[in-house]
Amino acid sequence: MNTNTKSDSLSTRARAVALAAGRGFVLALVTLPGAVLCFTLSLVSIALVPIGIGVVTTPWVLTGVRAFADWRRVLAAQWCGVRIPSAYRPVPEGANPWTRTFGMLRDPATWRDLRWLLVDMTAGFASALLPAILVFYALEGFVVAAGLWRVMSDGGPYWYAFVPVDSQPTALAAAAVAAVYLVLGYRYTPALLVAHFRLTRAVLGANQGELAERVRVLTETRRDAVDTSAAELRRIERDLHDGAQARLVAMGMDLGTIEMLLDKDPAKARQLLAQARQSSVDALGELRDLVRGIHPPVLAERGLGDAVRALALRLPLATEVNVELGGRAEAPVESAAYFAVSEVLTNAVKHSGADRIWVDLHHVKEGAGMLRISVTDNGKGGAAVGAGSGLAGVERRLGTFDGVLAVSSPAGGPTMVTMEIPCELS
Amino acid sequence: MRVVLAEDLFLLRDGLVRLLEAHDFEIAAAVESGPELAQALAELEPDVAVVDVRLPPTHTDEGLQCALQARRDRPGLPVLVLSQHVEQLYARELLADGNGGVGYLLKDRVFDAEQFVDGVRRVAAGGTAMDPQVIQQLLSRRAADDRPLGRLTPREREVLELMAQGRSNAAIAGQLVVTERAIAKHTSNIFTKLDLEVSDDDNRRVLAVLAYLDQGR
Repeated sequence: MNTNTKSDSLSTRARAVALAAGRGFVLALVTLPGAVLCFTLSLVSIALVPIGIGVVTTPWVLTGVRAFADWRRVLAAQWCGVRIPSAYRPVPEGANPWTRTFGMLRDPATWRDLRWLLVDMTAGFASALLPAILVFYALEGFVVAAGLWRVMSDGGPYWYAFVPVDSQPTALAAAAVAAVYLVLGYRYTPALLVAHFRLTRAVLGANQGELAERVRVLTETRRDAVDTSAAELRRIERDLHDGAQARLVAMGMDLGTIEMLLDKDPAKARQLLAQARQSSVDALGELRDLVRGIHPPVLAERGLGDAVRALALRLPLATEVNVELGGRAEAPVESAAYFAVSEVLTNAVKHSGADRIWVDLHHVKEGAGMLRISVTDNGKGGAAVGAGSGLAGVERRLGTFDGVLAVSSPAGGPTMVTMEIPCELS
Repeated sequence: MRVVLAEDLFLLRDGLVRLLEAHDFEIAAAVESGPELAQALAELEPDVAVVDVRLPPTHTDEGLQCALQARRDRPGLPVLVLSQHVEQLYARELLADGNGGVGYLLKDRVFDAEQFVDGVRRVAAGGTAMDPQVIQQLLSRRAADDRPLGRLTPREREVLELMAQGRSNAAIAGQLVVTERAIAKHTSNIFTKLDLEVSDDDNRRVLAVLAYLDQGR
């Protein structure tokens, strides 16, 4: 029983060793030509970017490199349970080759891939071959010792490792060395294959520091977003409760009284009717303002460009709006951008002392795309983020969308507030 | 007078139909979506269209776009646009062709049936019906840095507001409880102070005032 179990585990182990050796062999076979090919093509393609050809070829080549790297990630996970995180920036599908090329070249993961290819064709190749060699070389030793040496040592001794095999005793010595290899291989082959993938992970895996920083930023902006939306809901609840809701109650009461007075005192009833109608007008007015604060109707109807134009028409200052948007951003981005512009404009009107404002909205196709908004006024300057100016709030809101805000406002003016939100247009 | 009505909310559409019918309008069609409206405007040749800005299927400014397109196809086709909110941007687009026969009112204005119906009739006759809120927004923007407007007396400003909404001298006189001659005097003063060309034609007069208020924006 006992021996049975032992031989079972022995054969399981032997199978694992053979499998690891076979996989190492396959890996080594593919790794060297694959890595060399990918690396060379990438270098050539990137070198050809200045003369234009590279702009077309680079996305294809780099996509191939990524596929090659991803294949290795899959193998690492399937064969040895080594998980290698992948962190490529998304490449816009419909974008032109120029955008795709530069988007990919700006991605640190691309350069990490190329570094990995260099390591893969040298240390990676060796570390994949090692487990295979240990096992196959040991087997070869036994075959040599078993009699193959007679054929092989015709023109002089056949060197097996450091043993010159030319007679039966040396053949036995070779067998002994082979046995040592076999024991080593038996013990370490699977571990060696794991070591190969660990090496791959060290070079190919995304930097932990980068990821940690990203997680920190996301945690912070998510908390801000949750806080802001909770505060917004509270404000809406209060406005409805004290405003429209109260007016409807008053209206209902008036109508009840009117019903009672209709026969007794028609004149009084008529007066109350006018009052009830005024209540309904006021309630509608309040609801309208509330809706404008939640999601302005023009924004829903026309999108960001016209919503900002409509906003400018409401300002008491001459405002020039210039819009170059080829489509509409996603609704949450539009809304964030609208309220950011609204806040910055309110600030300018209140504090800058300007008599003219220029708003510029456009979409840049760099990388994954970016909405860029600038608000400039000819006021007295001196605006700063965090000086109780409301700009800090704008910065926080934009943060939820990975957007940024920059203020240039020297004393004496002019003030220019620039906001950027990464987004695509549809 | 034949009306095409477009409003997607059943209760409001029903209410408007009853209101207009009670005032001797003939409802040629009461539709609830943009495509239906476009078809009705093209086929039924109404005397006036009363249109909600926001209509299905897009629930954006489909109604407004239909109205603008219909006016491009048939210049001067009288259109009264209703909305839950007023935007100067939309008012400007409606007025842009300078043809008159345009109205833009908040839905709340329906509460005052007489004034609302008066607005519809005015638009149908080629006049203008602008919501008081639009005019107030225009005035408050101009008032800050506009010298000629600053020279108007409070009474003249009041008259200007009503005139910009599209009211005739008679209607303004009725509202302010003065004689029509007094109003005529006010309007001629206003036109002199704002340096506008005086015109006997009511519609031209309104459009000139609106253009003045919307200047350079």
